Amino acid sequence: MKKFFLISILLLLWAAPALGAMSADEIVHRANLASYYGGDDGKARVTMTITDSQGRERKREFIILRRDVADGGDQNFYVYFRRPSDVRKMVFMVKKHVKGDDDRWLYLSKLDLVKRIAASDKRTSFVGSNFFYEDVSGRSEKEDSHKLLEETADHYVIENIPKNPDAVEFASYKVWIRKKDFMPDKAEYTDKQGRLYRVVEALEIKEIQGIPTVTKSRVRDLNSKSQTVSEFSKIQYNIGIKDSVFTERYLRRPPREARR
Amino acid sequence: MRRGIVTVAAAAMLLGAVSSASASLKQIQDRLYDSSGIELAGFVESRLGTRIDRDQDEKRQSIKEARLQLDLGRDFDWGLGHFKVDFVADGVEEKAASEIREANLQFSPLEWMDLKVGRQVLTWGTGDLLFINDMFPKDWESFFIGRDDENLKAPSDAVKASFFTEAVNFDLVWTPVMNNSTYIDGSRISYYNSVIGRVAGRDYIFADDERNQFIRDSEFALRASRTVNGVELALYSYYGFWKTPEGVEFTPAPRLFYPRLTEYGASVRGELGGGIANVEAGYYDSLEDSGGGDPFVRNSEVRFLAGYEHELARDFTGAVQYYLEWMQDYSAYEASLPVGMPAKDEYRHLLTLRLTKLMLQQNLRLSLFTYYSPSDHDYYLRPKANYKVSDHWTVETGANIFGGRDDYTFWGQFEDNSNVYLAARYGF
Repeated sequence: MKKFFLISILLLLWAAPALGAMSADEIVHRANLASYYGGDDGKARVTMTITDSQGRERKREFIILRRDVADGGDQNFYVYFRRPSDVRKMVFMVKKHVKGDDDRWLYLSKLDLVKRIAASDKRTSFVGSNFFYEDVSGRSEKEDSHKLLEETADHYVIENIPKNPDAVEFASYKVWIRKKDFMPDKAEYTDKQGRLYRVVEALEIKEIQGIPTVTKSRVRDLNSKSQTVSEFSKIQYNIGIKDSVFTERYLRRPPREARR
Repeated sequence: MRRGIVTVAAAAMLLGAVSSASASLKQIQDRLYDSSGIELAGFVESRLGTRIDRDQDEKRQSIKEARLQLDLGRDFDWGLGHFKVDFVADGVEEKAASEIREANLQFSPLEWMDLKVGRQVLTWGTGDLLFINDMFPKDWESFFIGRDDENLKAPSDAVKASFFTEAVNFDLVWTPVMNNSTYIDGSRISYYNSVIGRVAGRDYIFADDERNQFIRDSEFALRASRTVNGVELALYSYYGFWKTPEGVEFTPAPRLFYPRLTEYGASVRGELGGGIANVEAGYYDSLEDSGGGDPFVRNSEVRFLAGYEHELARDFTGAVQYYLEWMQDYSAYEASLPVGMPAKDEYRHLLTLRLTKLMLQQNLRLSLFTYYSPSDHDYYLRPKANYKVSDHWTVETGANIFGGRDDYTFWGQFEDNSNVYLAARYGF
């Protein structure tokens, strides 16, 4: 009985923000958890199709493993490349730190070389696509100030202004966050001249193991007229990826989770 | 010459054929995987290069070859099998050859142990194109004539056992019969020959006395490593031989040999000020010249390097390294040196710089790597441009530029071998 009472209280606490007016910071926080911290760990096969302004296509295919160190906090990523052939078997590993720079490694299987790589501008292209590193691993909530612009029937519309505008290429961006599950399904970036130049969209969101998951997304760069579509398949959550996967041992010998 | 043309024509035809056959190639790959679980990948490449200055000791053409690489892998449930072979038609040496680069099995007999057995490429240590504790074989000739970077690391026929514990990880590599580095013998690259006291090339190909006795000519390399708060620490030890023939024997005829060597070292690598810093050191104990008084066996040495890499701008990275070779027992070396033989310095200082710029949605990579020695007054520059035309096609051009004040220093001796090259590759 006592236990039941405790659960009711917890449920109430959990539901409370949804009933009253939520602050913009809270909405962004929940959206961040929903889009980057589903489950304790996860795996997906990703196919990126990069199309340039002349319609030429390039493809990237990799398997990504993620394990959360803390919900909303540090995370580990392991990216095992399958295609194209020049990057085949290459591994990219990131220990993402919410405070301080991330630790990043690259394993070049042809040379058996474990290379440590310098932290970089997180708004540089990820493997030549229109996605940035930050789109893949998430942008820290604390880097922007958030304002609830509008509430539609299904969405919260949040405006984000960078606290350090010199560090980024945008002046602001608007995000549409679904009310039902806090999944963001669109972001529009405006440059310093006030022009819209970049659009990130979730083209398809599905429930996988009860967790709302983006299974297809797209980034359009309106300046270069190029775009990248990412398709996610073989998505699994809570498969018990061990901490040790994110060590040199498994850089040199890809773990089973990354191989199939 | 005619044979050269035939090679190039054959390579061009092969490239063309592969390109038009790419659809059926994909079918072969899929069929192989579906029927036997074997993954097939690889590339076909043609690479051409020429010397910038006429070198009287070598052919004008520095590289002219077609290469087909087949990379086969099988994921057994209990481990991984890997076989990689290069077929090369070499128009400079006028020969066709196959080189098995990998033929190994990798598995975990115990939860805390990995084994990799067979022909494999091995690398450890923190230097960038400088090696102190990495005592695995290199192919310097390939590096200097402009082959792909992959070829700098030569394979070892070895057993690698790795043990993982909470505190420290251990790696032990046993090479039953020594695998030496491919040294500069004069056949492709002219060099300073200390016996005749001048630069020599194909007129004086320096033969070596290979270490080829099972067990007696074994090599052992050890590493203990751990990571503390993102800082990678390692201790190393090696028992074997100088990897390049650092000894000369005169009877019955002048020949190079691989003197015994023991090495101990350490390295640290971690994040510093938004970049990556590394420090590495090693002591080379030249067992066959422990007093340093034999001018024909390399003396013992202390080696040290410190490096730092940082992003300079978006998609633009810079890295610098300082490297030192400090000859031990220098006075004994000086005293024993035959008259007329140029003396090496006690301290050889080397600075390296690497600049890498990615452009055109990261499809164009421009890079420059330079070695410069303020003590030897010599340098080696490696500019390179690599462009990914598509997911399959890559073109690359670059140069290897050597120079220096004297013709007997490490880079200076290769001055006549400066070259430019061009390559096209189809990957599948």
